[in-house]
Amino acid sequence: MDLLQQLTQYAFSGFSTGAIYALIGLGFAIIYNSTGIINFAQGEFVMLGGVLTYFSLTVLRLPYLVAMAVAVAVTTAAGAAFERLTIRPLKSPSPLSLVIITIGGSIFIRGVAMLLWGKDTHALPPFSGNDPLTVGGASIMPQHLWIFGITLLIIAANKFFFYYTISGKAMRACSHNRTAASLVGIDVRKMVLLSFVISSAVGSLAGIIIAPLTMTAYDVGVMLGLKGFCAAIIGGMSSGFGTVLGGLLLGLLESFGAGLISSGYKDAIAFIVLLLILFIRPQGLFSKAQTERV
Amino acid sequence: MKRDYLLFLLFTLVVLVAPLAFEGGYLLNVLVFMGINTMLAVALNLLLGFAGQISLGHAAFFGLGAYISGVLTANHGVNPWVALPIAALSVGVIAFLLGFPILKLKGHYLAMATLGFGIIVFIVFNETVEITGGPSGLTGIPTMKIGAMEFQGEMKSYYLIWGFTLLTMLLSINLDHSRIGRALRAIHDSEVASRVMGVNARFLKVQVFTLSAVISAVAGSLYAHTMTFVSPSSFGFNFSVELVTMVIIGGLGSIFGSFLGAALLTFLPELLRVVQDYDIVVYGLLLIVMTMYMPKGLAGGVASLARLLRPAKKRTVDHAQG
Amino acid sequence: MKRSAAAFCLFVFTVAWATLCQASQPIRIGALFSVTGPPSFLGEPERNAAQMVADQINKGGGIKGRQVQLIVYDTQGDATKAVQLANKLIKDDKVVAIIGPSTTGETMAVLPVVEKAGIPLISCSAGRKITEPVNHWVFKTAQNDNLAVTRIYDYLQKKKLTRVALLTVSDGFGASGREQLKAQAAAHGIQLLVDETYGPKDTDMTAQLTKIKGTKADAVICWGTNPGPAVIARNAKQLGLKLPLFMSHGVSSKKFIDLAGDAAEGVTLPSGKVIVADVLPASDPQRKWLISFVKEYQKLYKVEGDHFAGHAWDAMMLLKGALEKGDDTPAAIAGNLEKTKEFHGIGGIFTYSPTDHAGLTKDAFVLVEIKNKDWVLVK
Repeated sequence: MDLLQQLTQYAFSGFSTGAIYALIGLGFAIIYNSTGIINFAQGEFVMLGGVLTYFSLTVLRLPYLVAMAVAVAVTTAAGAAFERLTIRPLKSPSPLSLVIITIGGSIFIRGVAMLLWGKDTHALPPFSGNDPLTVGGASIMPQHLWIFGITLLIIAANKFFFYYTISGKAMRACSHNRTAASLVGIDVRKMVLLSFVISSAVGSLAGIIIAPLTMTAYDVGVMLGLKGFCAAIIGGMSSGFGTVLGGLLLGLLESFGAGLISSGYKDAIAFIVLLLILFIRPQGLFSKAQTERV
Repeated sequence: MKRDYLLFLLFTLVVLVAPLAFEGGYLLNVLVFMGINTMLAVALNLLLGFAGQISLGHAAFFGLGAYISGVLTANHGVNPWVALPIAALSVGVIAFLLGFPILKLKGHYLAMATLGFGIIVFIVFNETVEITGGPSGLTGIPTMKIGAMEFQGEMKSYYLIWGFTLLTMLLSINLDHSRIGRALRAIHDSEVASRVMGVNARFLKVQVFTLSAVISAVAGSLYAHTMTFVSPSSFGFNFSVELVTMVIIGGLGSIFGSFLGAALLTFLPELLRVVQDYDIVVYGLLLIVMTMYMPKGLAGGVASLARLLRPAKKRTVDHAQG
Repeated sequence: MKRSAAAFCLFVFTVAWATLCQASQPIRIGALFSVTGPPSFLGEPERNAAQMVADQINKGGGIKGRQVQLIVYDTQGDATKAVQLANKLIKDDKVVAIIGPSTTGETMAVLPVVEKAGIPLISCSAGRKITEPVNHWVFKTAQNDNLAVTRIYDYLQKKKLTRVALLTVSDGFGASGREQLKAQAAAHGIQLLVDETYGPKDTDMTAQLTKIKGTKADAVICWGTNPGPAVIARNAKQLGLKLPLFMSHGVSSKKFIDLAGDAAEGVTLPSGKVIVADVLPASDPQRKWLISFVKEYQKLYKVEGDHFAGHAWDAMMLLKGALEKGDDTPAAIAGNLEKTKEFHGIGGIFTYSPTDHAGLTKDAFVLVEIKNKDWVLVK
């Protein structure tokens, strides 16, 4: 394997893990954009998607597609219930107490999953074929193509929803100014609920399509959530291509860092580069500088 | 103002007498760790509660303090009393240099940058196997000594650690009532407005960040010499989050609140052992419920409870005094 | 739920009984396992096996007529918690001996505590430094990493595969293995071309494997516990890496074959004999015990007993042996443990001595290969 082939493979590996981070990051961005909440339980939605699919497949013996639908439906219901029970009753929550509530939620969901389905790791079968595709000496799995495809699909659906539907526009209005939005007759609370519904659905979908590659267990949400969170922040918390670029950047940094410098320090390398970027551009990579109002 | 010092005096008395009730028992061990956690929570509260700057990587400073002190004493035979100030000083320098670029960031960017720093430090602990012992940990750290007296055994560790913890709390109370405390609160409310009023916001934030890191490092050093063993798993992202939780559950900006938060989170696992396998579920649930129904934290909860219980007449007298 | 109810009944029963006749109080044994947290793949089977032995002892009339009370605490894989809970076991529960913890890091943290209190500890973790240098109070049942490494290196030397690439996980298990792999390489004439690591929660190791593919390595040794090695086996297949792949005893359970699927075929690893109990020659002295252990464990917990469960089984049985020989004071237990000779356990045949508290030889490991989703002994 010559150097060029190796570099191609690093790029491929980076893109494929990056796409996973991006997909998870989208869930963070959707909630943040309409509510200003950083939902630390987002990783658990991803976990629920994978674990629920596995158990629908093996315990309930449902066909693959039905199992996926069940998983998305149950996770979405969990996301909605989480919002109704913990976020909505609060009168004027501070952003920090919301952080603790979502952290509590994440611990709770993880605990329930552990009690219900145990601590074992499980692998889902791939959607189509298990033979790698080789391009220019480098290879990826067919499942990676599914990830790329579904990520693009979700972004397109997001764009359409947020810019061309009434509910989507209303959600954007809420993110800009809640008071103003409610004054023009937008039911802000409904929009918050809707954002949890969408992001838990997106999160569970992400959990399902990555599970054949990354495997799934009750505790995968922590690491994946962390990486998704970073992807979303690098991308300036955009629910579109910003987050995708953020995820891909993170994935590429990790893979080239591991391949060319040191695999032990690969996460450190990625974070050092990200910190340097933030130090040079404190307002984020993909957003314009804003003046703060007093 | 006087109330805080009075409360502190009372608190000191309780701390001094408390171990007599637990001598020889296991609970004394828990109280030792509670002291370390209180110190860390008070330190983080300076940054989070007073200056309003989030840090999701404070476990890194705690860990750096523990490892610097541990490596110096275990591998190079340095006296623990020399290692402790070295650890505090070097962490101070790191925090000071890091503070300038990192505190330029706001909101979730700051959250991610501090988180990133925490992860980088965690990886360094794991990877520098020749120095730190890597993931299996560093052994052979000596305990602290004064003359012939060794701080071994729970009773002595208790007084050593709580001594430092009380000092930290006193320092924190003083700071709160000083000009700096008022300036910090101004930054918390509106940084731009405080800058207009002539507060050098950025430098002040860096100073508080450094102070908070130094206290955490001292706590780390004490932890290392009490445990005589350190491993990276004690200083990961989870512990950073746990520290933030202590401060918020306790009540942002309240020094005694930070103690309450630390005390609760140290004791909770002991109490939850009753529910066995369900402990993690109950723990998550408690975090949610407490944050929902005590928005001002335990400190706020205790204060309003006290107000409810006290007769109306005495309350007005108190008010006149305060 | 049922178990906790049963444990509660047992507790009430023992308390009631103890007050009735002070003379025959139960023997209290403490256990620290990482039942939850990252190393729960160790702690859960260990807890199960320890409980199984305790119940069996009690059903059989106890040790010298006295019941055994097992007090298990969950350390969550955290060294600080392990130390606190060790103190709790010693001070509040007044146990005479402790088994566990599950990981080397936790064991090293607990070591000074038990030494000071003078309570025997039988660790279920593998790190070599637990028993080297020998501490009078500390024993262990998990096979030393260095024995597993020797098994692989002997084989590689025989097959003349001397250029090796390492890929180890960056946690306690991986670090300890990596240290041994590096230390023993020269003595076996092995040249290490690559020394890479991966994180315990990483989901893609193609970058490291690509680097390995670019070298002239003859074989790859991966040191880790599930699910990482399964991802590595799949990634190696994806990249078309044709080198023989060796793994550690950390994945010697059916779970690895399930997770890695087709990619597991041809993977070779050292393992305790327990997973190949049914194919061992009838002359093997451990065979009988191993088969009954696997069966009993499966009956109770629905999964096959693996060698992690075996570590706790061994620890409990060693303790039982020591208790049968003498008093139930901590000092007598430690003294009698040291006199253990040829105890046929799950992990191997234990012989402790004042200079050896690990008690096993490299015969504790056999080399197995995965063929048609099952284990085959490598001769």
